[in-house]
Amino acid sequence: MTIIHSVHRQSVHVRIKGDLDLKTADALRESLDQLIDRYRDKDLVLDLEDVAFMDSSGLGVILGRYRRLAQQGRRLRLEGVRPAVKVVLELAGIDSIMSISDSADGRPTAPQPQS
Amino acid sequence: MVNRVQMRFLSLADNVGLARVAVAALAGQARFTLSDIEEIKVAVSEAVSNAVIHGYQGRPDGWIQVEVTLDDAGIEILVEDWGVGIADIQKAREPGHSADPERMGLGFVFMESFMHGLEVESALGEGTRVHMRRFVTWSGELSRDVQ
Repeated sequence: MTIIHSVHRQSVHVRIKGDLDLKTADALRESLDQLIDRYRDKDLVLDLEDVAFMDSSGLGVILGRYRRLAQQGRRLRLEGVRPAVKVVLELAGIDSIMSISDSADGRPTAPQPQS
Repeated sequence: MVNRVQMRFLSLADNVGLARVAVAALAGQARFTLSDIEEIKVAVSEAVSNAVIHGYQGRPDGWIQVEVTLDDAGIEILVEDWGVGIADIQKAREPGHSADPERMGLGFVFMESFMHGLEVESALGEGTRVHMRRFVTWSGELSRDVQ
């Protein structure tokens, strides 16, 4: 897994390449936490265009970062989500708490209120 | 068409990907769709991750065995470890059950949702066997039959 970040006016964009699973979860958590701590006034955008696979280990890292940011009034957004990854996010209900854009059209999907 | 594969590997996080890719390659021999195979990969990844994290509690020297049987009806996957075992299987299968706040406790939920059958056997101090099935769905053929 490799990650490349770029700093924008209101957010830090992180492009992730590789599978998000038990093998990569610790390294991803550490990298994202460093960025969250370094850029304390910015939201986080994760570009998952090059993430072909994600299981609950990868999901746990994303949800954990969402919680950290939310506690500080900051947001986490997912972009470039592939269908195989989206199925996993939807099953976990992640799409109801954060903005997710598909890889196909790039249009953001507003979080749905939880019933 | 019947095919069987048995793999045995150490309880290393690196082997989670190996297991799911191998099972996906075998599943590709049957009439699963690509999205079916993606879901099977998640289920295998969860079962093997559970063996690494919970079965062997991060110990890298335990054995995990994955046995896969493929036929015209679908795929059967048995993931077995000889680790600490699960004290309360019912509780372990509940959504959100995890001792680690960074983990979501969704492993069994994903296995149940993405497969067409899941059985878990476990004995404390002896290990755990997770048995999953997924059937090939014949939507195209069914539509033609209906016509």
